[in-house]
Amino acid sequence: MNDMSDGYMTADGRQIGGVLMELKNITLKFGGVTAIENISFDIREGEIRAIIGPNGAGKSSMLNVISGFYVPTEGEVWFKGYKRGPMKPYEIARLGIARTFQNIALFDGMSVLDNIMTGRLTKMKKGLLAQAGWWWTGAAKEEHENREKVERIIDFLEIQNIRKTPVGRLPYGLKKRVELARALAAEPKILLLDEPMAGMNVEEKEDMCRFILDLNDEFGTTIVLIEHDMGVVMDISDRVVVMDYGKKIGDGAPTEVRNNQAVIDAYLGVAHD
Amino acid sequence: MFYREAGDFKTSYSEDGQTFPIKFDRLRFYAVLAVAFGVIPLFINDYWANAVAVPFLIYAIAAIGLNILVGYAGQVSLGTGGFMAVGAYAVYKLMTAFPEVSIFIHVILAGLITAAVGVVFGLPSLRIKGFYLAVATLAAQFFLVWLFNKVPWFYNYSASGQINAPERTVFGVFVTGAQTSAMAKYMFCLVILTLVALVARNLTRGTVGRKWMAIRDMDIAAEIIGVNPLTTKLTAFAVSSFFIGIAGALFFAVYLGAAEVGESFGIQKSFLILFMVIIGGLGSIFGSFAGAAFLVLLPVFLKNVLVGTLGWPTDLAAHIELMIVGGLIVVFLIAEPHGIAQLWRVAKEKLRLWPFPH
Repeated sequence: MNDMSDGYMTADGRQIGGVLMELKNITLKFGGVTAIENISFDIREGEIRAIIGPNGAGKSSMLNVISGFYVPTEGEVWFKGYKRGPMKPYEIARLGIARTFQNIALFDGMSVLDNIMTGRLTKMKKGLLAQAGWWWTGAAKEEHENREKVERIIDFLEIQNIRKTPVGRLPYGLKKRVELARALAAEPKILLLDEPMAGMNVEEKEDMCRFILDLNDEFGTTIVLIEHDMGVVMDISDRVVVMDYGKKIGDGAPTEVRNNQAVIDAYLGVAHD
Repeated sequence: MFYREAGDFKTSYSEDGQTFPIKFDRLRFYAVLAVAFGVIPLFINDYWANAVAVPFLIYAIAAIGLNILVGYAGQVSLGTGGFMAVGAYAVYKLMTAFPEVSIFIHVILAGLITAAVGVVFGLPSLRIKGFYLAVATLAAQFFLVWLFNKVPWFYNYSASGQINAPERTVFGVFVTGAQTSAMAKYMFCLVILTLVALVARNLTRGTVGRKWMAIRDMDIAAEIIGVNPLTTKLTAFAVSSFFIGIAGALFFAVYLGAAEVGESFGIQKSFLILFMVIIGGLGSIFGSFAGAAFLVLLPVFLKNVLVGTLGWPTDLAAHIELMIVGGLIVVFLIAEPHGIAQLWRVAKEKLRLWPFPH
């Protein structure tokens, strides 16, 4: 890989910072199946990093390794300059890693507002007794301060009108947006998006692209995304990792990756001999 | 026409988050409180207190407690009767051991003891879910009843195996024992219910409630956004058992006066309170009140109609009553599986637009 120790400049002139997370020689095995084989790459502060590959290439497993849900069989994950040991999923949220899911994982019984407020759980410190007191113990104050932050995200994602609607009643595209809002509410250092545009029509995809670019631009959030729509990936991402059968076959700017022979072979198919 | 949100602009998050956002609802709520505290105590007599008011208030406390566990946190429990027994025996032991301390403090302490017991029996919930957890909590029910029968220390070695509530006062007025007036019983339970409902509402509207509901709706996603499932489930068990313990303490000390554990706190009690929660509406404080009211008032109402108005023999009426209540529960759950609270919500939504259909 090129030496980029102090970051680099993107094609559209944004300055990308130093390494935020580094994955070193990651291997992940489930019994006899090797989902990921010896993959290394880094994620830099402020960039939009895409992971692409054909079905079953190990993209989602890779995302789960980044999010800490899977502990790699071999290899190391370095985050903010420290080696990350095995952790419980709820501890990872506190480190500042938030994610959305391929098949939406919202809390159907709660309103949109409550769902997004759950994203701020790691920031709210009032305990059980303080909650019971509400007005007298400052729990109400804390709630309203966090509500203000959440309202900013609601404005940003243009979902003001469905604030009080139970999530179960919303159409698919909006649910995706609410899930993004919940992840954003945690003010994550790294935001992981697992197929944010799956199953959307062109308009919804355009909206989602706009939100992703805007939030990267406005909040400087580092984003790692998996997506199947090549047009989208090539348009919005700064660097792309290409996986096939659990191996990394390409890594670099979209233009580089597009001209990489191994990538073309993996996507278009090539006669094996 | 006055049941409207239109024109009633909220200018702060505190106003937006209030329990009754519509002005009419708010006024109605204050009116109910005023009647409950100011009017009913003046007219209440022994029949109304013992047959209707006091059981309703105590069951409402228990239903709020169980609703937190089942409705908000999604952990099914059939141990309610057992936990009520813990509250009852705890308050009995405290009352006899420390006669000079206020009964009010004893009731709260009994709740705390029950909370600790609830946490212990909540531990299996970390590994098992749904029906399997229900069976595990059933073990709590049978074990606790057995324990209070088996160990004489719990009933102070009394010959009958019963526990009897000694006479205790609050501000010089008897609230337990034979001399207690209907009004004192009613007011004592009402004050505690009001506090319990307030605490339950505060807990469920904020962070704690959201954690419970997140675990209920999708536990894996909840964990990934930073909810610790261990502490969240155990706080649900603790808070739920705290309220149920208080209900058990009041049920024994104020309502029954004398209790035998298998009879007063058996498995039927667990089912009764679970039915209240399901019929009233899971995940709703109002639903807990509605469910308790339904299952306490309906039998009394039917008895008055069948025996009082129609003049049927008492034993026949008692059997018919069971059949009618059972039948109504089935009809109810088919018509509205989300309980009375959901009916109420739908009615309110219609009312907001009335007289226009859309």
